[in-house]
Amino acid sequence: MAGFQQSVEATIPALRRYARALTRDRDIADDLVQDTLVRALRSEHLFLGGDVRSWLYTILTNLNRNRLRSLARRPILMSIEDNDAPDMAGPEAGHRDIERALAGLVEDQRAALLLVVLEGLSYREVAEVQGVPIGTVMSRLARARVQIKAYLDGERPALRRVK
Amino acid sequence: MNNQDSPITEDELHAYIDGELPADRQEAVAAWLIAQPDAAAQIAAWRAQSEAIRARYNAVAAEPVPERLKLDKLIRNGRSWAGMAAAAVVAALLIGGGAGWVARGASAAAPDGYELLTNDALTAHKLYIGEVRHPIEVGATEAHLLPWLSRRVGTSLRAPELTTFGLKLLGGRLLPGVNGPAALFMYESGTGERFTLFCTKLAAERTALRYNEADNFAAVQWVESGYGYVVSGPQDKVRLKSVAKSAYEQMENRPPAANRTSLDQPKLDQPRFN
Repeated sequence: MAGFQQSVEATIPALRRYARALTRDRDIADDLVQDTLVRALRSEHLFLGGDVRSWLYTILTNLNRNRLRSLARRPILMSIEDNDAPDMAGPEAGHRDIERALAGLVEDQRAALLLVVLEGLSYREVAEVQGVPIGTVMSRLARARVQIKAYLDGERPALRRVK
Repeated sequence: MNNQDSPITEDELHAYIDGELPADRQEAVAAWLIAQPDAAAQIAAWRAQSEAIRARYNAVAAEPVPERLKLDKLIRNGRSWAGMAAAAVVAALLIGGGAGWVARGASAAAPDGYELLTNDALTAHKLYIGEVRHPIEVGATEAHLLPWLSRRVGTSLRAPELTTFGLKLLGGRLLPGVNGPAALFMYESGTGERFTLFCTKLAAERTALRYNEADNFAAVQWVESGYGYVVSGPQDKVRLKSVAKSAYEQMENRPPAANRTSLDQPKLDQPRFN
């Protein structure tokens, strides 16, 4: 089924983009994409038509959720400078700000937001990927946007510098 | 113009910027926003967020696809998919330990179970071979060394006989491993060189012997019947490999009574010092 493989192949760059934004780590992101592709190829026979792209996003989203669950059972180490390094100006700083703002979101909100604004999926498609009603997708989006705005406006949660 | 008059909900503001509204409602919101500076500012902020996310990550999709993600390569490796899936499971199980491992600066790549195993073994090796007086917890001459470690690690262990390489067993100790207790046996040569054998439960596919180098040390590891083993020593590939091969053969040739599968209870009453 060459059409299937072509569709999968054409989606790889977008999957890498989504995974990178989801994890903010190049290696973990590409590992997720690789696992996603392996699973997709192995279960091609289970794919009964429909949108290959949504199906791949679904696999990747689930794999990342599993990954975070197994992480949550152990302490998560974060670099110290992450919370209070002085901000620089310029596009680099903007990139870092949005990365940190995304990092502060709950996983399901982050995935919903990225699927809509970065990957261009419709609310209905995101609802299918996340396995929830459209209303839930919309409330995830709304909460994500409120929290990102609060973060960028300077209401950074926790760990304020105490002098 | 009913649509024009009905109140605009916050959900609709999101749907508006995401292009999810029907055309008439889209126009109604646009008209409404002209007189609503607060809502307009909110929408501008949300749009800026979307722009920032795209500006940050769109370039990733334009990067060349790394070799390991090329579809034809993955298809060619099709026969090893089962193995890769197993490795992925191990990586998922162990990735928590991996967070600390990455933080120690060994590598930025996501570690798999095999790497974590080697890393744990080399860390223990480096720590304890430097000990002058207390390199081990229980000496080789003490009869309870093997029953004790076997019971804690959950398999019938033996300390391989390595005198043909000039290595004498000093003894062993119990350590925390990523997947549970681990046993470390230490050997010493006449010139004071030390080798260690590390063993712990590891839910991974069985592997052949693999050689790794790190700092001034090297390790050979293998996985068999649900247990991972690592022989660590000085960076001398030929010598380390023959030591590891001998250890491997002795481990695998444990008498059947030793019940090598991980599901079986270890036999604790017959330690084999060989």
